[in-house]
Amino acid sequence: MIQLAILFCYIAVCLSLLMNIWRLYIGPNVVDRIMAADTLVINSIVLLILYGIQTKSTMYFETALLLAMFSFISTVAYCRFLMRGDIIE
Amino acid sequence: MNLPEMPEMPVDAWGWVVLVSLLIGGCFVFVGSFGLLRLNNTMARMHAPSKATTVGVGGVLIASIFYFYGVVDEPYRVFPAQDLLIVFFLFLTAPVSAHFMAKAYLHKHSPQESDLPQPHNGSGWATFKSRA
Repeated sequence: MIQLAILFCYIAVCLSLLMNIWRLYIGPNVVDRIMAADTLVINSIVLLILYGIQTKSTMYFETALLLAMFSFISTVAYCRFLMRGDIIE
Repeated sequence: MNLPEMPEMPVDAWGWVVLVSLLIGGCFVFVGSFGLLRLNNTMARMHAPSKATTVGVGGVLIASIFYFYGVVDEPYRVFPAQDLLIVFFLFLTAPVSAHFMAKAYLHKHSPQESDLPQPHNGSGWATFKSRA
């Protein structure tokens, strides 16, 4: 039963990743692309957690934590660069 | 590793909690990305992933916490503290990054400052001050 739910989540997350990549490709302005990249990383965190549940291993959770930190820092750095023309002033 | 016993519940009940959290998480992740693809301007698109995807990630992480603490067989049973850390971190940083993206969008493509409502104390919009 849980395996079926995990399969459903895999399908939902993979469709979400495809939609994010499509938005990353067509995004009319640069903020859309930043947003699509941020959501892409968050969805890949979900994919890692699902794989951890499926294989009963907690090893992937630390990778997911690192991905979350990198996603936040890169989003803030991109937006700082757009707003100020510099990242650390 | 010896862990304290789970509270008295039938064994299947934790399985149902995991199942429902996984389904809610999957649905919300899909809705967030669908909104990111289909809504019709950037400010509207910004709000789909920053709310719905946060709930989706939270659902899947809660499912994983209950799975590893209550459902899985004995040699694998741990309390995944990393999951709690990821939940707290994402719930703290999603609004901050959405705010940064909204400010960057206002800074790059906005109407004139005179078209926007003015704050009461006359301080103006900080993001327009930095452009001048």
